[in-house]
Amino acid sequence: MAVTRSTIRDEALRLRALFEAAGAQVMDPPVLQPAGILLDLYGEDIRARAYVTSDAVRGEQMLRPDFTVPVVQTHMAHGAEPARYTYAGEVFRRQEDFPDRDNEYFQTGYEVFDRADPAAADAEVFALIREALGDLPLRAATGDIGILAAAVEGLETTSARKAALRRHIWRPRRFRALLDRYAGRAPVPETRSALLASADPLADCAPLIGLRDRTEIAARVEALRADAAAPPISENEVALLDAILSVRETLPFALEHLRDISVDMPAIAPAVARLEARVDALAARGIPVDTLEFEASFGRTSMEYYDGFVFGFYAAGRSDLPPLATGGRYDALTRVLGQGAEIPAVGGVIRPGLLLGLRTAS
Amino acid sequence: MTIKLGVPSKGRLMEKSFEWFAARGITLSRSASEREYAGAVEGIADVELVLLSAAEIPRELAAGRIHLGVTGTDLVREKLGQWDQQVQELAELGFGHADLIIAVPAAWVDVDTLDDLDAAAAAFRARHGFRLRIATKYHRLVRDFLRASGVADYALVDSQGATEGTVKFETAEAVADITSTGETLRANHLKLLQDGLILRSQATLYRSRAAALSDADRDTLKQLCQMIEVD
Repeated sequence: MAVTRSTIRDEALRLRALFEAAGAQVMDPPVLQPAGILLDLYGEDIRARAYVTSDAVRGEQMLRPDFTVPVVQTHMAHGAEPARYTYAGEVFRRQEDFPDRDNEYFQTGYEVFDRADPAAADAEVFALIREALGDLPLRAATGDIGILAAAVEGLETTSARKAALRRHIWRPRRFRALLDRYAGRAPVPETRSALLASADPLADCAPLIGLRDRTEIAARVEALRADAAAPPISENEVALLDAILSVRETLPFALEHLRDISVDMPAIAPAVARLEARVDALAARGIPVDTLEFEASFGRTSMEYYDGFVFGFYAAGRSDLPPLATGGRYDALTRVLGQGAEIPAVGGVIRPGLLLGLRTAS
Repeated sequence: MTIKLGVPSKGRLMEKSFEWFAARGITLSRSASEREYAGAVEGIADVELVLLSAAEIPRELAAGRIHLGVTGTDLVREKLGQWDQQVQELAELGFGHADLIIAVPAAWVDVDTLDDLDAAAAAFRARHGFRLRIATKYHRLVRDFLRASGVADYALVDSQGATEGTVKFETAEAVADITSTGETLRANHLKLLQDGLILRSQATLYRSRAAALSDADRDTLKQLCQMIEVD
């Protein structure tokens, strides 16, 4: 049977029916989304990934690049707790760097908003998606952004440095550059040294133009002075962060490894305990956790706002294909979109088109 | 059939392009009427001169409506996704030099690198409630550069001209624009970021990978390439 848009749509709806049978309520968000919210969340990068259009009244609109944001918004505005949602439809992504990839494709998703037992909710989403993918040969990858985040919070350094590192957890290059600077590994630029040596750097500067005013410049100079006075992050702590980032093994070994690290870095102990609870919850769902891969830096380069458990399913032996399914925990996103409210949330999406293609080929 | 050669229709870029070809035995000239965008080619047969805006030449090359074209590296890389799949660089012509750079107010004594810009952007957003605005017409190049550098909390605002003035008029906090000497930047109280060079651009002769070629066209192209000494 040929894979066509209509067979993919049928597959997307079949998967949605599976999730509905598992207790999820169907959601059907509009294709056009106000651009402002997505831009606020993802910044300018989203323009490279999403199609932006506009009209003279509503301003900039985006063809939805994913369902998570509208689903979270709807839930935060009207949802009862706990809630489970499913949806199926097309998402639109620019592929200027990869013209061979689809710029329009179906997704079917399952999202859980539940405070009761986050580990059980993580396992529920992972197991349901695994089951929906059927018996194709798959490779699963898992990770946990929460462990790195906890390690950053636990560093013995200033809160300004922690905030800067936290802000760049999803940009590994900038994160590394900041860490090198805070650890005293990177040379201080000459202009910086001159600035710090000057008693009043704003004394005879060029005419001040623009919206960023003198107090803002002075505040940053003060922040730079405070940073220069703070002791560097210790070699030991940098080594521990590196050790966390290089954890890549099957779950039981990863857990053991992270427990060892937490002896020297107690701040990650609660996050490691959450991982342990998740392993138990996955095992209780019948997932073979002894062979499941865990990679501490998995999910760091995606923009998806995941801040805890993350996972992906890949077709075995087909590294040319994007993942068949991805998902993760996004508690912080509910906080950002909830205007004061928040709720632990976890979810995942399947790409029915890829799934159908593989099933037809095998 | 003829080989169509696109050349900027105005100003120094046109004159310098004409000089570059003339030095290689190919005389290009604009028709007698200043208003008509047609031209003549001498020194080689079956080559037609097409006078176009430099900004339209990348698109015409990508569509295969012209075989060869002179335009800036900046315009090709801004306007064509995966540019090297669509056009081939035949020769850098040695004029029209300009750098695409990021500049901030010279009074920002605390900002000299991208690292500083990123930190200033975070503080700016917290204080003003919107992201630090960078005025440019090179959206793709600037966004790709800032993403690769890990700069966040900025927004690009479109500016098709007088970009250096946007900071003073408070429609942007920084600019990303083409500069050749930096004079305009200094006059507008702006300074370069040390690591803010996005692209070095110059006038370049491109070949379209999409334009259809007959056997006769291939011979013409070969002869032309020999005259301008490119392989």
